[in-house]
Amino acid sequence: MIILETISEKLSLKCKCCWENLNREVTGGYAGDLLSDVMANSAAGNVWVTRQVHQNIVAVAALKEHAAIIVVQGASPEKETLNKATKEGIPILVADLSEFEVVGRLYQLLHPSQG
Amino acid sequence: MSPRNEYDSYLQGSYEVHGRDFVDAGLVSSQIKKGLKAKGIDEDIIRRVAVLTFEAEVNIISYADHGTVSYYVLPDSIIIEAIDTGPGIEDIDLAMQEGYSTADDSIREMGFGAGMGLANIKKSSDILDLTSEPGRGTCVKCTIMLNGKVPNGE
Amino acid sequence: MTLAEVKDLLEAKVVVGDDKLDTKIHTAFGADLMSDVLAFARAGCLLITGLSNLQAIRTAYALDIAAIVVCRGKPLTDKFVEIAGELGIPILWTPLIMFEVCGRLYREGMTGCIREIRIEDKRSVSQE
Repeated sequence: MIILETISEKLSLKCKCCWENLNREVTGGYAGDLLSDVMANSAAGNVWVTRQVHQNIVAVAALKEHAAIIVVQGASPEKETLNKATKEGIPILVADLSEFEVVGRLYQLLHPSQG
Repeated sequence: MSPRNEYDSYLQGSYEVHGRDFVDAGLVSSQIKKGLKAKGIDEDIIRRVAVLTFEAEVNIISYADHGTVSYYVLPDSIIIEAIDTGPGIEDIDLAMQEGYSTADDSIREMGFGAGMGLANIKKSSDILDLTSEPGRGTCVKCTIMLNGKVPNGE
Repeated sequence: MTLAEVKDLLEAKVVVGDDKLDTKIHTAFGADLMSDVLAFARAGCLLITGLSNLQAIRTAYALDIAAIVVCRGKPLTDKFVEIAGELGIPILWTPLIMFEVCGRLYREGMTGCIREIRIEDKRSVSQE
């Protein structure tokens, strides 16, 4: 089982809040920007990869018990988003890479046996 | 505000866009692209026109009741004008910032509203002239220079 | 990678573009927000999206995108299929989630059509 900190290191992510929770284990990944899809399809313990920075992402991540949110394309989470994430204890990590590249690398980390 | 043709264009078109009607978002962009392709205009230029027209449509649909998107092909440039009767923009500098958005969740679920629209429009234009009157409407005028890439037969 | 190989890898159904399966594709862009696609995707790339409305096709058409992979098993309307056919955009449909789609393609050597958004790009947009 891989933890957030390892992912953060391997993908050179910048952690924006909740450093204390980077020892969380990650069950898998989910990528997407449509909140209704994330609500419908993602699972607890997932790392959610998105380019949305609006504060509503935190509510979704909290409800679905995501391990963390990775914001892609170097987008800056809004201040309200970070405040809410801090309250909910959900780390927000920022990647400069595009969604495809972040997911590709994350997938390799989570499924190392397949290549 | 209403469209005008004060340009000496040899190819032009004008399309109505209805606010809140997301089903047809991008239709004007596709139509203008088809028209320009038929005239053999450079592909990179057509892509830029298609992108900024798309964003202009989405802006009208997201925020205004009604608007018009027009294009004019001039010998040295293409001009796109998007004019709407929406609420206008209070702070244009702020609205131009990438990531700034006043969109709601319903717009985001349609795949827009991430605050990229005006930034995209600016990136795709050589000259952007944005005027807005709060409470009356907004006029976005974009110029793309052809830089010698003249259409076939011209 | 050819579109046919993409199809097999993703256990996808070809909804539009049976005649274009030999198209070669090297780069991909994954997004549900079409504004990002309009801003950052490149001509000739593969668009991976869970957005199954007409805007996805019109966006692909605007940018000369090679093909669309609609993921998450999103239902497609007749209108969607009709417009994709009319604009000549191949459509692959897969029940896999975007994470799985991007992961499998990346593993097979597909790269992002942009790797990262450079600060310079942003500056040229937000300043002047």
